[in-house]
Amino acid sequence: MTLIECENLTLSYGNNVVVKDFSLKLCSGDYLCILGENGSGKSTLLQGLLGLKKPARGNISFVGLKQNEIGYLPQKTSIQKDFPASVYEIVLSGCLGSMGVLSFYGKKQKNIALNNMDLLGIGDLKKKSFKELSGGQQQRVLLARALCATKKMLILDEPCAGLDPIVAKNLYQIIKKINNDKNITIVMVSHDIGSAISHANMILHMQNKPIFFKTPKEYCESLIGKRFLGGV
Amino acid sequence: MSDIISNILQYPFIIRALIVGIFVSFCAALLGVSLVLKRYSMIGDGLSHVGFSALSIAVAMNWAPVVISIPVIILTAVLLLHFSEKNKISGDAAIALISTSSLALGVIAVSITSGINIDVFNYMFGSILAINQSDLTLSIVISTVVLILFIISYNKIFAITFDENFAHAIGINVKFYKMLLAILTGIMIVVGMKIMGALLMSSLIIFPTLSSTRICKQFKSVAINSAIISIVSFIIGLVFSYFFSTPTGATIVVVDLLIFIFYSLVGILKQRI
Ligand SMILES: Nc1ncnc2c1ncn2[C@@H]1O[C@H](COP(=O)(O)OP(=O)(O)OP(=O)(O)O)[C@@H](O)[C@H]1O
Ligand SMILES: [Mg+2]
Repeated sequence: MTLIECENLTLSYGNNVVVKDFSLKLCSGDYLCILGENGSGKSTLLQGLLGLKKPARGNISFVGLKQNEIGYLPQKTSIQKDFPASVYEIVLSGCLGSMGVLSFYGKKQKNIALNNMDLLGIGDLKKKSFKELSGGQQQRVLLARALCATKKMLILDEPCAGLDPIVAKNLYQIIKKINNDKNITIVMVSHDIGSAISHANMILHMQNKPIFFKTPKEYCESLIGKRFLGGV
Repeated sequence: MSDIISNILQYPFIIRALIVGIFVSFCAALLGVSLVLKRYSMIGDGLSHVGFSALSIAVAMNWAPVVISIPVIILTAVLLLHFSEKNKISGDAAIALISTSSLALGVIAVSITSGINIDVFNYMFGSILAINQSDLTLSIVISTVVLILFIISYNKIFAITFDENFAHAIGINVKFYKMLLAILTGIMIVVGMKIMGALLMSSLIIFPTLSSTRICKQFKSVAINSAIISIVSFIIGLVFSYFFSTPTGATIVVVDLLIFIFYSLVGILKQRI
């Protein structure tokens, strides 16, 4: 089932065109990995897909998908450094998308939040203050929040930045598992090419113009892929 | 103690002021949590200045003050929010521009027509004597509405205050809730202005949250603490100003300041231990 379709999407900051004439169709169960150099427009593209950034041209349509069925982990958050909030409060807030005007958390939401916290190994941080956590712990809190919001699609912008190798590996497995078991579509920006190639079913390489590869294998055999694989 | 209480409560105007003040401080503090944490304190300040000039122009023209100022303040809230969204730095400046200009216009309008009469003076610095029956009704009705809306949307307000982009991404109508917050704040300011005075009203919004964040680590505890601080400092301020004939609004602000200093010290001590 198709979830998102974008056609000739162009995204720009003022006169600086970052993503040009980009077309893509994402179906349920897809696992898209976006690779590319710093500043090539990966994060911008994700913001475009999410509707956080208005397209300069072209359009994006959600087909079998609603805005509140997407979980999102931003690369750079707008969160204030000294914001007073507990881990539990933050993770729970991921459940809000699917709730109506009356947004009181019930048993269901609390269970979802607790499960996701356990999944990411932050169950014992529940009562802790977010601002007093380490960078990697904070990242895991935001990941748990993103998982709470995920119904059909999970969009992750460098999820493993700041995570130690064991947690990172574990995270890739968790993501792969929800991709397989729940047929959830994954869109992930990553600089970890090895895992990208082993988990994803398609690759998008960002450059002046995004280049799409139907399979990781095709990417490995291409010129760009070879160059990128052999150390940038 | 009971002597003091019965002494105070024998006057109906004090009872009215107490009720209005408690409702207003409670709601202002709740709204303030989000405004302060989102770095929108300037909006509160701007709104109170614009509210003042709307009120004083209405008084000068012999129009019904509240009927005029509430639509004006709603419009301003929308405008100020728009500016502060666009650009943080010039947004701040734009708000200062709007608030001082409107204050200037208000003062000129007043001086041309009636001069600074007692009504205008009251709106500027606040007076508990000026609270009448209709102020009482208005403040109870509006505070109740604010409270209900706040409780219903509490979790969404948290999400938006904490991380607006994420809230947007998961489908929360961020624009709507921010607008709601700004408008409710504007209305609260108009309602509270008679007691606190325009120049001091924004302290009711800003101080309690600022104090709470010195020691609280959860959003919920910040909200609850702010509401309590706000009500306590209002009551202490009112009682003090009654016995020592000090201006009510200013006294409340000083009590708020003392509480802030106290909380800051506790916060510093807690970190040391
Ligand atoms: N808020 C912004 N305003 C103006 N230009 C921006 C903004 N954000 C990004 N850009 C520009 O857009 C381009 C793409 O940025 P983007 O953040 O999408 O890159 P990226 O591929 O995610 O890089 P990284 O790997 O470093 O995360 C960059 O050249 C950057 O200078
Ligand atoms: Mg990026």
